[in-house]
Order: sequence, then structure tokens, then C-alpha cells
Amino acid sequence: MKLALEISIYIALISTMLAIVLCGIRLLRGPTSQDRVLALDTLWMCIMIFVLLLGMFFGSLIYFEIALLIALTGFVSTMALAKFLMRGEIIE
Amino acid sequence: MINMANDIPAWAAILVIFFLLLGSFIIVVGTLGLVRLGDFYQRIHGPAITITLGTGSVLIASMILFSSTHERLVIHELLITAFVFLTAPLGAMMMMRAAVYRGRRQQQRDESK
Amino acid sequence: MKSWFPAPWLSVCLLAIWLLLNQSLELGQILFGILLAIAIPVITAPLRPNFPAVTRPIALFRLLSYALVEIIRSSFNVSRIILFRGTKNVNSQFIIIPLDMDNPAGLALLSCLINSTPGTVWVEYFSDRRELSLHVFDLHDEAWWIDTIKNKYEKPIMAVFE
Repeated sequence: MKLALEISIYIALISTMLAIVLCGIRLLRGPTSQDRVLALDTLWMCIMIFVLLLGMFFGSLIYFEIALLIALTGFVSTMALAKFLMRGEIIE
Repeated sequence: MINMANDIPAWAAILVIFFLLLGSFIIVVGTLGLVRLGDFYQRIHGPAITITLGTGSVLIASMILFSSTHERLVIHELLITAFVFLTAPLGAMMMMRAAVYRGRRQQQRDESK
Repeated sequence: MKSWFPAPWLSVCLLAIWLLLNQSLELGQILFGILLAIAIPVITAPLRPNFPAVTRPIALFRLLSYALVEIIRSSFNVSRIILFRGTKNVNSQFIIIPLDMDNPAGLALLSCLINSTPGTVWVEYFSDRRELSLHVFDLHDEAWWIDTIKNKYEKPIMAVFE
């Protein structure tokens, strides 16, 4: 049972890495700026999931705080970038 | 090389494996949509499934795993769940509005040429 | 009592967040959490908009469980489209939905639910015409969407804040 659990955590880690690479492709290629912001937002989410999976992998509860911080900063940066795209300034 | 304090019961392990595999499938499909789909308005729907269902199932798996190995209720992942479910819609809405405004401005610029 | 807890649900949520962050049920943490739960709503009172109170929690619960089922169902729909259908024959369109509700709290709840559901994104609410613009990933029947939003989402939300 423990082996199956270990294998499934490995699968999840590898597929999250694949997701990060796919986001990176869209981030580099994206024809418009809004595509890049969308890719960056998804990238934050994927990194948060990756950190959570690392916590499960090492069996440690410390990683939870890192994931929470990543979610917080990701939200703020997405909002700031979207606002910037809309008007060209962040605080009106 | 997972360091576990105690052995995990079989039913919990099966649930964790199920949610992990579901989550990893959904995460890859969502970002695949980000790469494969045609224009921005279609692309914004791809990551939505990564953010809702992918994050949700990984968080549920984490809650079950830690609760069963630490022999107490470990549910602080609920904070991340609540935060993500409250903020992800806002991000999507702001990006959509920004894209619509930019598209409209681009159109006006093209017409005035 | 009212002046000590101007927003009782906010106080309960703050205490729960403090205990979850510290992961303990010790007396000291509970006391400090109660202190936070009393202080923060009083300090942030000028920042809080005057939202109408939720009068029917059962209706809210039923609405949220319906939305959860809908999120899971449409996640699988969207992933099927991404995996098995090309990008060319997906009919993505903007649709306009007339709304009867002009309650800001209800609109906020509606936008959160619609944006959380994969396949639909809120674009804009025109407050002068009371119309809502949505972007739908795979549109097969516009009348069905208008009917779903009005009957399955808007009516329960109006019932929640009645």
C-alpha cells in the first residue's frame, strides 16, 4: 500500500512539473499580454500545488505555510497585472 | 522515501491515491488547454479546471493523508481551499475584462487608421 | 452584545482562521483568537460595506451544493472538449442575459459561482440595462443557458437575501 502511495505521489509530482512546463510554453509564446498574464496566474497555481505535493512527499506540515504564501502573492500579482492591462495604471 | 510517522490504513491510502491521480490528470488537462486552444477567450476556460478541481482534489488528498498519519484532524488546508475558491473567480473576471477592454481599444485603433 | 460583536459571522470566521493557522485548541490560543475576533471587526467597521444579511442559510447551502455538483460536471465536460475535440469546432461566444436582481451582494455571489464553474466567465454587468454579459466556452443552445442562469442561480440567490 505504501509503495502504491509513493508511486502515485511521484506521478502527481511529474504531471505537475509537466503542467508548469506547459504554462511556461504559453508564457513565452503568448501572442498578447493577456495570454502571458493568464499563463502566469496558472503557473502560480501549479507551483502552489507542487509545494503541497512536496509536503506530502516529505511528510511535513511546514510546506503548508509556503503554499498559503504562494497563493496570497499569486492573487495580488494577478490582480495588479490585470488592472495594469486594463488602464495602464494600477491605482487610479 | 516518504517519511511517515505511522502506517496509513488501507481505505485512506486508496482515497489519497484516487484524489492524487484525479488531480494530476485534471491539472495536466487544464494547462494542455492553455497551450492547445485557439484564442484568449477560449484559453481562459482551460486553467479554470486546473484551479478548481485540480487544487481541490490535491488539497483533499493532503487532508486525508496528514489526518491519517498524524492521528489527529489536520484540516488547515481548508484555509487554502477557501482562499483559492474566493479569489480565483476574481482573477478570471479581471483578466476577462482587461482582455475585452484591450480588444475594444485595438478595434478602435484599427478603424481610425 | 450587539456593540461587542458588530459582525458575528466575521468574528466566528476570524476565530476559526486563527485556530486553524496555529493548529491547536489550547486555552491561550482560544483566548487570543477571541480577542482578535472582537478587535478586528470593530477596527475594520468603516471598511465593511453594508451588505444585507443572509436570511436563509438553508437556501444558501442548497445553492452551494448545486454549484459544487455543477463545477465537477462542467470540469469533466471542458476536459473532454480539450482532449478530444479540436479547437476549430468549439462554439465560444458572448451571450447577454437579462437579470431581475440588482442587489450587490447577490451579484457578487452570482459572479463568484459563475466564474468558479469552468466553461463560463463573467464579462460585465450593465447596471443601466440590468443585463449581464457572459462568455461561454461551448455554446449549444442560448435559450438553455439563459434559463439555467435565471432559474438555477438567480432565483435561489434572491431567495437567500430576501
